[in-house]
Amino acid sequence: MADVWARLEPHLASVQKPARYIGCELGAEVPAPDPERVGWLLVYPDTYEIGLPNQGLQILYEILNERPDALAERTYAPWTDLEAIMREHDIPLFSVDTHRSADEFDVIAFNLSSELVYTNVLNCLDLAGVPIRSADRASHHPLVGAGGHATYNPEPLADFLDFVVLGDGEEVVSEITEVIAAWRAGGRADRREVLRALAGVEGVYVPSLYEATYLPDGRLEGTRPIDPAAPERIEKRTIADLAEWPYPKRQLVPLTEVVHDRLNVEVFRGCTRGCRFCQAGMITRPVRERPAEQVTEMVRQGLRRTGYDEVALTSLSTADFSGIEDVVAATMDDDTTCGDVSVSLPSLRVDAFTVGIAAQIQRARRTGLTFAPEAGTWRMRQVINKLITEEDLYAAVSSAFSQGWRRVKLYFLTGLPTETDEDTLGIVEMAQRCLDLARANGLKGSVTVSVGGFVPKAFTPFQWFGMNTEAELRRKINLLRDAARAKKASNVQIKWHDPRASLVEGLLSRGDRRLGPVIEHVWRNGGTFQEWSEHFSLERWQEAMAAHGLDMDWYCHRHRAEDEVLPWDHLSAGLHKDFLWQEWRDALDEVGLEDCRWTPCYDCGACTGYGIEHVVASAVPPAGGSQGTGQDLGRGGEVPVTLLPRRPAGVAS
Amino acid sequence: MKVRIRYDKRGKVRFLSHRDLARVWERSLRRAGVRVAYSEGFSPRPRLSFGLALSTGYESLGEYLDVDLHPDATVSVDDLPAVLTPHLPPGITAQRAVVLAPGSESLQSAVTSASWQLEVLGPDAAALAAAVERALAAPELPITVERKGSDVEIDARPAIVALDVLPPEPDAEDLRGQPGLAGPLLGAELATQPRSLRPAELLRALDPAWREGRVMRTHQWTLVDGARCEPIPLGDPGARAATSPPHAEVRAS
Repeated sequence: MADVWARLEPHLASVQKPARYIGCELGAEVPAPDPERVGWLLVYPDTYEIGLPNQGLQILYEILNERPDALAERTYAPWTDLEAIMREHDIPLFSVDTHRSADEFDVIAFNLSSELVYTNVLNCLDLAGVPIRSADRASHHPLVGAGGHATYNPEPLADFLDFVVLGDGEEVVSEITEVIAAWRAGGRADRREVLRALAGVEGVYVPSLYEATYLPDGRLEGTRPIDPAAPERIEKRTIADLAEWPYPKRQLVPLTEVVHDRLNVEVFRGCTRGCRFCQAGMITRPVRERPAEQVTEMVRQGLRRTGYDEVALTSLSTADFSGIEDVVAATMDDDTTCGDVSVSLPSLRVDAFTVGIAAQIQRARRTGLTFAPEAGTWRMRQVINKLITEEDLYAAVSSAFSQGWRRVKLYFLTGLPTETDEDTLGIVEMAQRCLDLARANGLKGSVTVSVGGFVPKAFTPFQWFGMNTEAELRRKINLLRDAARAKKASNVQIKWHDPRASLVEGLLSRGDRRLGPVIEHVWRNGGTFQEWSEHFSLERWQEAMAAHGLDMDWYCHRHRAEDEVLPWDHLSAGLHKDFLWQEWRDALDEVGLEDCRWTPCYDCGACTGYGIEHVVASAVPPAGGSQGTGQDLGRGGEVPVTLLPRRPAGVAS
Repeated sequence: MKVRIRYDKRGKVRFLSHRDLARVWERSLRRAGVRVAYSEGFSPRPRLSFGLALSTGYESLGEYLDVDLHPDATVSVDDLPAVLTPHLPPGITAQRAVVLAPGSESLQSAVTSASWQLEVLGPDAAALAAAVERALAAPELPITVERKGSDVEIDARPAIVALDVLPPEPDAEDLRGQPGLAGPLLGAELATQPRSLRPAELLRALDPAWREGRVMRTHQWTLVDGARCEPIPLGDPGARAATSPPHAEVRAS
């Protein structure tokens, strides 16, 4: 057994942030190597600071370590300084828990949250001493798998991954463990044998058992099984009841700084708001709420165990959680925690009710509040089905300023289908109105506008849309900057994502198997950490595309027709393709769609396909109504805009 | 009520930065249920103060932390180490705690020197011994160091209180007992006042080509009535720290 620590340690003093590589977190497992247990190395292929908080990875880490027949350790992509040292001194990729060499594990499993990490996947495999291509691996090599949202179109990585998991991982990791244990017990002979067995597990896709064929014009003809063990179509996995999976029970508490450094408790999974640009909302349906009492208990125990003074109630739209008021009240009133606790709601709905809840939970440190209207005009918001009325937005912002917040941050997308310059400029109008509301409340106030270039994703109604070019995205951003400057709105700050990175994200999000060599080409030319602006280079991607005779425009900017076979058509997120197509047509007609939690089912496929339903703790819509869907549901009584009797100390009036 | 805690930092956790360590202590105190007083103001912080920062990567046998306890805190100061250690990361042990008399000097101003052990990469033991002899005999040792972002020339000699080459001792609890050292061990006592000298700077004064391997701070020293003693001594359990009444109960009124 090769403990890498002794070789690694002398070099750690000379790298940035060496605490990334030591493990030792509260909640870390240090399992002894055990040939009876299937060893999983769970990899988040970005830095420790970004990867450690990932809840999906932590959930699987616990579930696997609880099994007598499995063990799991973690690793993250080593930063470039350590990578250079590892390559120079022949130090392999290692787990941070016991500093074992990555190639000693049975499975190397990647969490893929974004497309821009794909080159890091190759780099991690290479550092592990594992052949990057699935076809080049022998039976003694680890199996290489992946899960996470980006795997809903895994085709660009088809050459590199042995297996891909679609959907919730809680149950399927155990089934995969059993398949691998049986293969090992049988002598671990033929690698293809275990891949065929894995293809029989529901929700598991084995790319090498399929063949993609193309039409003369370059479009995909189809992706079909070439092995009897491979199903025609792979359905995602869905756990029916979140209450049965109260994980993480022992959330990792890092010793060094990471993002989202707080207790995280997932209050529900799935979303039915139906924002047409949002892949997360589409692929995680149906809605499954955790019982309010369980959330309260997880918060209480989690705070005590971790020593955190902040808890985030996570979901795609936490103000929609039907038990939100009970949970917030119970958390704020709990006097068994050591000192004051603040609660954060990472995805806020835009209305005054939400601001009321936010006021209740942010007793101290009231600095900024974030809303995501996503588009600047009502017309545009109907297209994307984010039906926030201006009335709702301004009520929320006014309420925030009147209750002591001084900074408001607004998230928007640009480059949306049918977007006109009037829609784009509506973003600045909105920001300006928000500033006016601050003044009306006697505050100077500031508004930060964060603009992202829209990238179409698989299994959304916008999957057929040809995304804006880099030049067009840049023009729109300049339009916004000029408009803000013309208004002399110095308190409106505009931030934007690099349109070049959006372009590569768009290339990979709807790409096909022909992009495998492109990803490899970019990686071989040093293109790792593409999510980091200091390492990103569009030219490297353009050069790789040209080298392989592929056209960026064709992949990114071309509208797809209804009859085009898409690279992910042999996979299923539970959504009927005709539902998505109808949504796409409705979007172009500027027709919104209601939140189906409170209306009859319109059969998107997510519930009916799996024989499960939305699980909500209450049959009544949450107070504040189901804002944004155009539904006339009433507003759950008075909107509590003034929960605090007075301004908090330290806020200028 | 303020208490002073002595702890060590060994093994993998030596790669935690000073800032990391502050966060680790805040969370460990909360996990242990030890209530800490908070600062006033818009963004209240727990009132913890650390002594001289230990560079990332260095180990220590004697680090100190002053904690301002909340008026409602109910824990005996003698029990604090046993209460805290299970909540600290592996490699950090709370060794002893004492009550600080009101008006006690801060750690930053009380500590006048620190003892170090350095694994020196480059020379053999004889070459190191020769350099030690030269340095101790030199009237001054000018070196260029970085202070607040710019290079300044300082004389390292006045800050060198003691220097010697340490023989390995297999049973020692400190660096002398570590297996697999790649160079001879240098023992040094370096002043922290009026100007402090860092171990890496000492090494540069001896020979700019040498590099440091493992480094351990073994003691921090204060002067009490002209006598050198540790802020909280270990070993003799009856030994009293200069600043504390013995066996005080932490039960602030």
